[in-house]
Amino acid sequence: MAPVLEARDVVRVLPGEVPVTLVAGITLSIGAGEFVAITGPSGSGKSSLLYLLGLLDRPTEGAVLVEGRDTGDLSAAEMARLRLEKLGFVFQFHFLLPEFSALANVLIPMRKLGRFGDAEMRDRALALLGRLGLEDQAHKRPDQLSGGQRQRVAIARALANDPKVVLADEPTGNLDTKNAQIVFDIFSGLARDSGTTVVTVTHDEHLAAQATRRVHLVDGRLVDGAAG
Amino acid sequence: MALPLALDVAVTHLLGRKRQTVVSVLGVALGVGFFIAVAALMQGFQTYFRQTIIDVSPHVIVSDEFREPPVQPVESAYRGGAVDLRGLRPEDERRGIRDSRAIIDAIDRIPGAEVAATLSGQVVLRFGGTDEAATLIGIEPDREARVTTLAQDIEAGSLERLETTANGILLGRQLADTLGATLGDSLIAVTPAGVTRRVTVEGIFHTGIETLDSNVAYTLLKRAQVMQDRINVVNQIRLRLDDPNRAPEVAQRTEARFGYKAESWQETNQNIFQIFTIQNAIMYSIVGAILVVAAFGIFNVISTVIFEKTRDIAILKSIGLTEGDIRRIFLIEGLIAGMIGALLGWAVGYGLTEVLASIRFDFSADPEENRFHLDYSLLHYAIGGGFACAAAGLAAWLPARRAAKLNPVEIVRGAA
Repeated sequence: MAPVLEARDVVRVLPGEVPVTLVAGITLSIGAGEFVAITGPSGSGKSSLLYLLGLLDRPTEGAVLVEGRDTGDLSAAEMARLRLEKLGFVFQFHFLLPEFSALANVLIPMRKLGRFGDAEMRDRALALLGRLGLEDQAHKRPDQLSGGQRQRVAIARALANDPKVVLADEPTGNLDTKNAQIVFDIFSGLARDSGTTVVTVTHDEHLAAQATRRVHLVDGRLVDGAAG
Repeated sequence: MALPLALDVAVTHLLGRKRQTVVSVLGVALGVGFFIAVAALMQGFQTYFRQTIIDVSPHVIVSDEFREPPVQPVESAYRGGAVDLRGLRPEDERRGIRDSRAIIDAIDRIPGAEVAATLSGQVVLRFGGTDEAATLIGIEPDREARVTTLAQDIEAGSLERLETTANGILLGRQLADTLGATLGDSLIAVTPAGVTRRVTVEGIFHTGIETLDSNVAYTLLKRAQVMQDRINVVNQIRLRLDDPNRAPEVAQRTEARFGYKAESWQETNQNIFQIFTIQNAIMYSIVGAILVVAAFGIFNVISTVIFEKTRDIAILKSIGLTEGDIRRIFLIEGLIAGMIGALLGWAVGYGLTEVLASIRFDFSADPEENRFHLDYSLLHYAIGGGFACAAAGLAAWLPARRAAKLNPVEIVRGAA
């Protein structure tokens, strides 16, 4: 079976007077149900690699494949469609729409996808919030929630369209130890129970140790964990 | 969850910036409102003016003039320049329209056309110690009544009395006032031909056109011909048409056939209609300027929203919304502001028009002249609304395009 996500000799250079190499040739293959932690010092290219894997950015060289399909020749709109259907993002800061309730935030990807009816979308969103222990918070706005709750709403939103992969960029960077652990427990559960692939960038060694696989980057290169 | 996603986000953004949104919407509303009111005023005035011209004046006037000076026989005999002709004195022709009967008969056969012949000339009217120069127009009352509104414009006396009284005359109201003459008064009329006659005021008319009311006197055609010493001469043939818009065509045909200058009412009033065009251009420029300012308001709100919501834009793009989706969100915001502005503007415009309609002046005894003539046209509402929405759409499009191009990676990096 083809890996869910695959990077082949991926290079990402920021153009400019002095070009900056963010990712310097990485080959990586991630299978279904894996829980991958990308670690490395700041500036090692962790986040850049995540954005490339998550189709938010395009590599300067090399190829990114989603479910075995090369994404190099996709248009911006086709990449957006792929993100909508197959990928879910969680960022360091919660990044919820501030005027929308928790429920409304979770509904956004489903509304864009348009696969479900209104009632079904609502049921699914409420179920997701329930799974993350937020059943009582559905109608609150982000500013009425705690930091940990907001991050869980963001995870619920990332899961809204049943993605193949959840990509998280320092999801616990802004949380206390307890909430950070809750987030990692959710990720572990997702990978184990629903076969959802989770790729997370973290610099917390303790949390990274809980992943099923660790990928370590230094200066835009893999130093550990290339093999699946 | 009835609203589509883009509309939902757009409305949320606008509600988040209520005051700024309200101000820009009001800008659009005022622009549209003023446009509707001013357009009603100007269009109304122009239509009234046009209608007055059509009602009061003949539609075509054939006069005893030529557009080109007549070719002298000697010139046609020596055409080609072999002989240089100098000091040529044209034949001293008696002025007037020759064969006026034939022209009148020919025009009488045009369906929907009425025709009347007149002779106009200068006269000095004397009453008491007052002398007034006036244009004395000789008319045939029954024909004249069918060509102009003279019969309806008579305020005192009547048109028919011209025929039944010897030496009857009709005066414009202002002319009568200047002379101090009233119905039945006896005036002395002196013509350039040296004829002096005693004439009796048998009627006073009021057309609403100042040059006529202050300057014109009517008498019977035969009498005018005697007074001007131009027996059987006619110097104007006037036409009235069922369809005033045919006037240029009829004028052109008449002129081509008989040679005499035939002027349609459009040509006679060309200057005024040109002024109308300029007036309209000024109006559209001013209203355009108001709407451009309003559009800047919308541009401003949407630019501010985009600046504030860059993170939201990054989230939406990371979720999988396309550039088109993002652009649509902000375009919708502009169009909402434009449409609400247009709707409010319609109300403002209607209100202003009503206010204008209720204004009364004290210009004259005629109530028709003491108010604004307004043209309530749905077209103005459509133009105002359409222009507002177009301006708002354009004002939103520019920042929306920029928003759509935002790179989520840069925003996420900047925030992290």
